[in-house]
Amino acid sequence: MADSRLRIERPLSPHIQIYKPMLTMTMSIVHRITGAALYFGTLILAAWLIAAASGQASFATMQAVLGSFLGRLVLFGYTWALLHHMLGGIRHLVWDTGRGFGAVERELFAKLTLGGSIILTVLLWIVAYAVR
Amino acid sequence: MADTNRSSLTTPLKRVRGLGSAGSGTDHFWKQRITALAQIPLTLAFVVVLLSIIGKGHAEVVAIVSQPLVAILMLLFVVTGMVHMKIGMQVIIEDYVHEELPKILLLALNTFFAIGVGVACVFAILKLSFGA
Repeated sequence: MADSRLRIERPLSPHIQIYKPMLTMTMSIVHRITGAALYFGTLILAAWLIAAASGQASFATMQAVLGSFLGRLVLFGYTWALLHHMLGGIRHLVWDTGRGFGAVERELFAKLTLGGSIILTVLLWIVAYAVR
Repeated sequence: MADTNRSSLTTPLKRVRGLGSAGSGTDHFWKQRITALAQIPLTLAFVVVLLSIIGKGHAEVVAIVSQPLVAILMLLFVVTGMVHMKIGMQVIIEDYVHEELPKILLLALNTFFAIGVGVACVFAILKLSFGA
């Protein structure tokens, strides 16, 4: 077995910081970040479900926590992350069919994903406040 | 392609199985896509369930979540989501953690997290459905 400590120090290829930031690149990074956020956010879903299953008192406490300003802020962010990741995922599924790689399309997809996720999040919260 | 076969050390059987060096072929890729596809309608269903629950008291929430269709959709949303996020986080870990021991520990932790949160959610939904 080769000793890895004897490995020659080779120059590394440049990482993202030397490239000019572009929308499509930012969207790729945001897709990963929203995915990771949703990952940890499932703890909120689990906590809420467990509270509901545990009974009226624990459910009331959970509702109070989530209904606080900070709770609502987190849930608003979570809504956006969910919708953004979903629209970004649809974009990826379209790409999987070999379509949408053109210079114009990929920019349009990026803008539709970003704009769509923001508009849908705001709309959803307006509906949520209306039906409440 | 024929030339690479001649110079390759892999047997024709190994090549035709097409599972690659990791031994799992395109399994990860397909799981990611299929769970992603399933998550689109399930997320929309989950959002509708949440909208129907907002502002309701404990008894009403239990009544809604315990309806078979609602419970089944929630269960599908949770289980599909856990598989999707588990293999998604696996990619993130593999991309950034290269030291063998921390990588293996984080990958194990990732599996524990996904299954732990998943089981917690499933149990809570079933308890809400079938009563205390």
